[in-house]
Amino acid sequence: MRESIWLKRTLIFLAASFLFVMLIMPLILVAKEALSKGVDFYFAALTDEFALKALWLTIEATILAVALNTIFGLASAWLLTKFDFRGKTFLGSLIDLPFAISPVVAGLFFIMLFGRMSPLYPLLQEYNLAIVFAVPGIILATVFVTFPFITRELVPVMESQGRSEEEAAATMGANGWTIFRRVTLPNIKWALGYGIVLCSARALGEFGAVSVVSGHIRGKTNTLPLHIEILYNEYNFTAAFAVASVLVLLAIIILILRNLIENAGKASLQVSNLKAGVAND
Amino acid sequence: MFGKSDVIPGRRLTLGITLTYVSLFLFIPLAAFMLYASGMGFEKFFAAVTDWRNVHAYGVSFFCALTAGIINALFGLIIAWVLVRYDFRGKKIMDALIDLPFALPTAVAGIALTTLYAQNGLLGKIFYGIGIETAFSPIGITIALIFVGIPFVARSVQPVLKELDPQLEEAANLFGAGNWTIFSKIIFPELIEPLLTGFALAFARGIGEYGSVVFIAGNMPYETEIAPLMIMTKLEQFDYQSAAAIAIVMMILSLTILLGIHGWQARQLKRIGGVVGA
Repeated sequence: MRESIWLKRTLIFLAASFLFVMLIMPLILVAKEALSKGVDFYFAALTDEFALKALWLTIEATILAVALNTIFGLASAWLLTKFDFRGKTFLGSLIDLPFAISPVVAGLFFIMLFGRMSPLYPLLQEYNLAIVFAVPGIILATVFVTFPFITRELVPVMESQGRSEEEAAATMGANGWTIFRRVTLPNIKWALGYGIVLCSARALGEFGAVSVVSGHIRGKTNTLPLHIEILYNEYNFTAAFAVASVLVLLAIIILILRNLIENAGKASLQVSNLKAGVAND
Repeated sequence: MFGKSDVIPGRRLTLGITLTYVSLFLFIPLAAFMLYASGMGFEKFFAAVTDWRNVHAYGVSFFCALTAGIINALFGLIIAWVLVRYDFRGKKIMDALIDLPFALPTAVAGIALTTLYAQNGLLGKIFYGIGIETAFSPIGITIALIFVGIPFVARSVQPVLKELDPQLEEAANLFGAGNWTIFSKIIFPELIEPLLTGFALAFARGIGEYGSVVFIAGNMPYETEIAPLMIMTKLEQFDYQSAAAIAIVMMILSLTILLGIHGWQARQLKRIGGVVGA
């Protein structure tokens, strides 16, 4: 297909202006609004006691969710790609289920499980355990929402790698951990890194699910996105945008990491194809 | 049972971890929800589901997500096309930028878009000038959902467009087919599947989206309330039964969209008789 230069230019212009208006302008606006009362105000908003507590809770929830989902992601991807069993397809779609559920509904699940109407509630009361409207609820909701990310990245890569390398290693007497570390991990490390980046991005920014289970207790159950909401609803716009700018920065770092991992992944794929080619000759 | 696959160790361990994890974080919460919902009785359920204010909210969520999905399908196609077929300055940045909505917390997007499109906002000024109310209206909700859905279509069309065989186009060109014929007869049919997949994902995501929408929506009853917001409202009133009923409607909506697309794709594959992209 040979398009005229004008058609090309029009299409590029359309794509670029759409992305400029929808994506770049909001980013510029965040920076502009954040600094609209000067640098001192900006740093004061960032070092505010509640902002720092919210940041800490966000980091805590993200690290825990990513750690748990990494273990689960590796185990489930190993299970789904190295073995055959009945109900495999069903298990695969089940793992994807959180993508089809609104985060607000996900939060509601945990309210039903641990809230006042739950059969578990008297038990929780007895042992004085607070789960919803407390930190554990926030972590649970974050785990739920980011549940499929790592499995989803690993399964296609491990599927395409096949099982022969692991089978060979097992036949030669390597144990499971050695096979995983020496044979599988080098092949999947970029996909794993990619999954972890996506999972962290979502965990950092989760709003709906966390909003339902948090109870919005300032300094206790507020994550950064919830802190932004409170500031904004109090008409403290500049402070809201100041805190938002930190998350914009994190988002940009995530995008850069994502690209670095993708490029490194491509390069390593080329090298391994090259090696395979040499070996075949 | 003990086939070749069991040469590889770890079946029991990974099965154990996976099932425990799925039960703890997925089954038990889902079961608790179902248990609660089933205990409320049909009458209460029916009354909550058909409450006019709630019905209006599903409608707003549905139509705004649908409109945003269609707009994203169009621009996603153009973006994917430009990125795969043309070389230009800033292409790499454009490619990386598309994923921004996945990386940027929805609350940040929400307050930024609201400020931009409000009556005295940078873009709002232009729109309000020509009589279009972009904030605190269904248009505003649609704008937020467009933002959230940008990556879905572009990212599902891009790889398919890359893999298209250029020989087909060259052959058609040799036979004197024009650009439009080549696009509509050769290229577009291949893109229908990824377009629909991306559209369905964006659509389903839009129905459940909360963070980016609540700020720009204005949340006026019977006007700009969305379904997830109704759940929040019911929770604040401790009306857990209505919240559960609305949640069931939303789950049915998004599962229907996703399964519908899945089923359509399966039928297409059967029709072609291949395992393309399986």
